[in-house]
Amino acid sequence: MLSDVDLSRLRWRCRRGFLENDLVLERLLSARGNQFTDDEHTQLKTLLELDDNALWDIIAGRTNEFPADTSPMVQTLRDTLTKH
Amino acid sequence: MAQTIHKYDAVVVGAGGAGMRCSLQLAKAGLRVAVLSKVFPTRSHTVAAQGGIGASLGNMDEDNWHYHFYDTVKGSDWLGDQDAIEFMCREAPKVVYELEHMGMPFDRNPDGTIYQRPFGGHSAKYGEKPVPRACAAADRTGHAMLHTLYQNNVRNKTQFFVEWMALDLIRDSEGDVVGVTALEMETGEVAIFHAKCVLLATGGAGRIFAASTNAFINTGDGLGMAARAGIPLEDMEFWQFHPTGVHNAGVLLTEGCRGEGAILRNKNGERFMERYAPKLKDLAPRDFVSRCMDQEIKEGRGCGPNGDYIALDLTHLGGETIMKRLPSVHEIGKNFANVDVIKEPIPVVPTIHYQMGGVPTNIHGQVVVPKNGTPNSIINGLYAIGEASCVSVHGANRLGTNSLLDLLVFGRAAGNHLIDTALASKTHKPLPQNAADYSLSRIDVLDKSSGGEYPQDVANDLRKTMQTHAGVFRTQASMDEGVSKVLAIDERAKHLSLKDKSKIFNTARIEALEVANLMEAAKATMVSAAARKESRGAHTVDDYGDTPEHPLGRNDVEWMKHTLWYSEGNRLDYKPVNLKPLTVESIPPVKRTF
Repeated sequence: MLSDVDLSRLRWRCRRGFLENDLVLERLLSARGNQFTDDEHTQLKTLLELDDNALWDIIAGRTNEFPADTSPMVQTLRDTLTKH
Repeated sequence: MAQTIHKYDAVVVGAGGAGMRCSLQLAKAGLRVAVLSKVFPTRSHTVAAQGGIGASLGNMDEDNWHYHFYDTVKGSDWLGDQDAIEFMCREAPKVVYELEHMGMPFDRNPDGTIYQRPFGGHSAKYGEKPVPRACAAADRTGHAMLHTLYQNNVRNKTQFFVEWMALDLIRDSEGDVVGVTALEMETGEVAIFHAKCVLLATGGAGRIFAASTNAFINTGDGLGMAARAGIPLEDMEFWQFHPTGVHNAGVLLTEGCRGEGAILRNKNGERFMERYAPKLKDLAPRDFVSRCMDQEIKEGRGCGPNGDYIALDLTHLGGETIMKRLPSVHEIGKNFANVDVIKEPIPVVPTIHYQMGGVPTNIHGQVVVPKNGTPNSIINGLYAIGEASCVSVHGANRLGTNSLLDLLVFGRAAGNHLIDTALASKTHKPLPQNAADYSLSRIDVLDKSSGGEYPQDVANDLRKTMQTHAGVFRTQASMDEGVSKVLAIDERAKHLSLKDKSKIFNTARIEALEVANLMEAAKATMVSAAARKESRGAHTVDDYGDTPEHPLGRNDVEWMKHTLWYSEGNRLDYKPVNLKPLTVESIPPVKRTF
């Protein structure tokens, strides 16, 4: 479970440059609230460091090249995108 | 506690294309430049721009700046200022080549020149035929531009303040702008940025609408800052509806689709744009295409079980072209419409996309206001550029590709103007006493609040109200009703409560501050729209239809003028449109047909 500050910081960094990423990340945050494990939190933070197109390429499955050890969160984001 | 004071020659608020083009110009000239941004610069909304930058390079077909000038004046429905439009169209090739030399990875022709694609509203020989004028980097032009500008800024030592939210302009007793206050999200502290000039480059306020292609960060912060500082907002009734937002999602499908040959069809499979615009067809300007789509839906020819959308057909382009030229469109179809655009059409509707109005400026980016009988009196120390500004090159309707062009031309022009006026040798004007008090008092009210509504609840009601009363379908009665509703929401917004009163990374506080900015943009839009008793460009009102006296509802005698909305007193003023270009003959107003 994330602390309030960690969740706020995460929530802000889910504000992106274009709507597609905003919508997917909003769906994820709505579904999960602060219920992220430490590993998931770390993986999501790593992915949020990417620029918007790189992040979208990964979420949309356009590329399978993503930062090491973020695989579970990538799958979570892909599921969030497609199961709506 | 005394506020930390940061001192710079120039402070740019916003790190999108306009802000970073300007900061680059200033930093290269050796000036000390700070750029404040709510998000990391390459995550600014410019990254979403797909289609291209309009410039009459003539690489694919005969073209020149005067054709571009004509198209932009006509596209603006004669509300654009022709001096500014001439300036922009003449400068266009220069800023594109500059960007190329900075490393921008434009698409190429086999001979090495920049590839150009056709785009809605752009024509050769004054409307005779579409012309390829958009310089693009696949369908990620904004992304490529932001990265190019960011890298060049870093190289030239621009100082970025990331995750800082600018709050208020600081004006001295003479009305000059001498700095800005800003909130550092990580600490929750408010600091003062003392500057010789402040440049607003905060983008638009597209999030005042429920259905919008805009990212969540587009809350019109610069508009709010200007309005609270007594500066009017110009032509805010004009919002562009992009014809191809994905039905029920809002996600944008680039106009490059139609540039590459995609076709809009009604439920009968008819290419209906051939009826409305025999020459430009699907490539007519956005407001015109949106209006035609609306007409098809209203007359019962919309697609789907509810007849409430139009089909955009790319199937004839073939998979190879789609994947090469429009890869994002394929993914958006799959993920937000459950459609494979290679095999079947995708449902689209006109969706809020771009704010034509903004903070009034001249062609140097200087903010101008009426004063002592002069409509364009300069406010010392304040500039506005990009979507936050109204220069006005887009008038009542923007042509696709002219937004990225606007960012580059006027970002650069503002920088050059500051350099030419010897900013480096000027001294800082003193800060007024208690320069941060106003911002601190706004935060104090939030921190002491209790029993009020949460920011997001009020913001959501505002968006629904704006969508209903100032969306693509406008009637006089609905707009009048919208004014009352928005003013009622404004009262609620004055009594917001925060669940969380902590300081460090308090996003609830940030969102409440954003709501204040959204409110200013929404009031300006609603009040300005209800007051304009005509149809022009994107402001299409059922009550003002096509008559012999007022073709397409446009009333040039009474309404060829810019609206100015003032927050204080919620009042309106007007100023004339500049029909006189810098060097050439004026394009006289005629009925817009395509």
